[in-house]
Amino acid sequence: MTGPSAATGAAHAAALALGDDALVLSHRLGEWAGHAPVLEEEVALANIALDLLGQARVLLGLAGDEDELAYLREERDFRNLQLVEQPNGDFAHTIARQLYFSVYQRLLYERLAAGDGELAALAAKAVKEVAYHQDHAEHWTLRLGDGTPESHERMQRACQTLWRYTGEMFQPVEGLDVDWQALRDTWLSATADVLGRATLTMPTGPQSGAWSAGAGRQGLHTEPFGRMLAEMQHLHRSHPGASW
Amino acid sequence: MVTRTPAPETAGPAATGAAAAKSLPAAETPLETELRRLAGSVPDPELPVLTLEELGVLRGVHLHDTGRVEVELTPTYTGCPAIETMAADIERVLHNRGMADVSVVTVLSPAWSTDDISAEGRRKLAEFGIAPPRPHTSEGPVPVALSVRCPHCGSTDTELLSRFSSTACKALRRCASCREPFDHFKEL
Repeated sequence: MTGPSAATGAAHAAALALGDDALVLSHRLGEWAGHAPVLEEEVALANIALDLLGQARVLLGLAGDEDELAYLREERDFRNLQLVEQPNGDFAHTIARQLYFSVYQRLLYERLAAGDGELAALAAKAVKEVAYHQDHAEHWTLRLGDGTPESHERMQRACQTLWRYTGEMFQPVEGLDVDWQALRDTWLSATADVLGRATLTMPTGPQSGAWSAGAGRQGLHTEPFGRMLAEMQHLHRSHPGASW
Repeated sequence: MVTRTPAPETAGPAATGAAAAKSLPAAETPLETELRRLAGSVPDPELPVLTLEELGVLRGVHLHDTGRVEVELTPTYTGCPAIETMAADIERVLHNRGMADVSVVTVLSPAWSTDDISAEGRRKLAEFGIAPPRPHTSEGPVPVALSVRCPHCGSTDTELLSRFSSTACKALRRCASCREPFDHFKEL
């Protein structure tokens, strides 16, 4: 790899991976604007999206020019997890995605905040915001899982459907000094705890598809991501330099 | 506006010299004290009853030999859009004081906490109808045990309606005594 220095290159790779997670999930949550089941949830999801967008701006700023990275990269150049690019689906799908990701993000950022890497300052700040995201996802998981037969069934289905995208979260990210196996163990027990209290069963089956060789972190994405990017980047690409 | 991230301490000999020079800030001059007071008196754009000083987001004002004024701001939430307006307002106030070269940088570390809001700031929030954040008693970032007092009637019999309200920093609650909904500046 060529670059200013190996350490800087690795730190940039890490900022790009985490920045893309935050950016893409922020955009997905933003898609709920005008469509959420109740006004309070509309506001809640938009606020979570705003937190993530703020984190993305800092992280992408560490990796390069935030606007160029967000609006002018091709699909294959994005390093986000496939989990965060999954379509919103019904409200249960969005909550399951939030639960899986917020538990992961909180555990990961707690570890980064305790270290002395370039991302420590951002992680220390963001982890306090993510605690609220996790709290929000947990409460909805409990309400839906331990709610009506219909909400229980749909929440269970959402957890199962997204399960195969969770394995990728624990593949090492270049530039991050983290014990990924321990992170995975903690994530599994934290997730099992919430699902258990919500009367849901822990999904079974592989945590990644046979075709997904690391997938998102290597630039391989699922089909809906291309459509999401087309919408996200359309304005900037069609009208370069446009401003309000 | 620039977000400054600290250089890693092991970045090499070139960075060590710069870090050492930075680590000993000179004592504040009378002009710096005045500029800091001016910048700190700027009202928060979304909660105009509070000044930036009372909100605890003003981290420092430094006057360089070149005449450039550098102001350090920290965001409440990472994505808070109000910080751009804060920066513009500070620049305007300091320009009016005759400082031609003003730059506002954002710093993330140490992370802002609701404990940074002054006692006077908390009093003003309550008077404005927003329940002030409770002080942190433990390391937990999401305290749920203590009740939040209704800023309208003073009752502690209040319930959470939504964890997120009109801005990222507030939660929406309702008072069971007077039935009024109200915003709560939630603990961070």
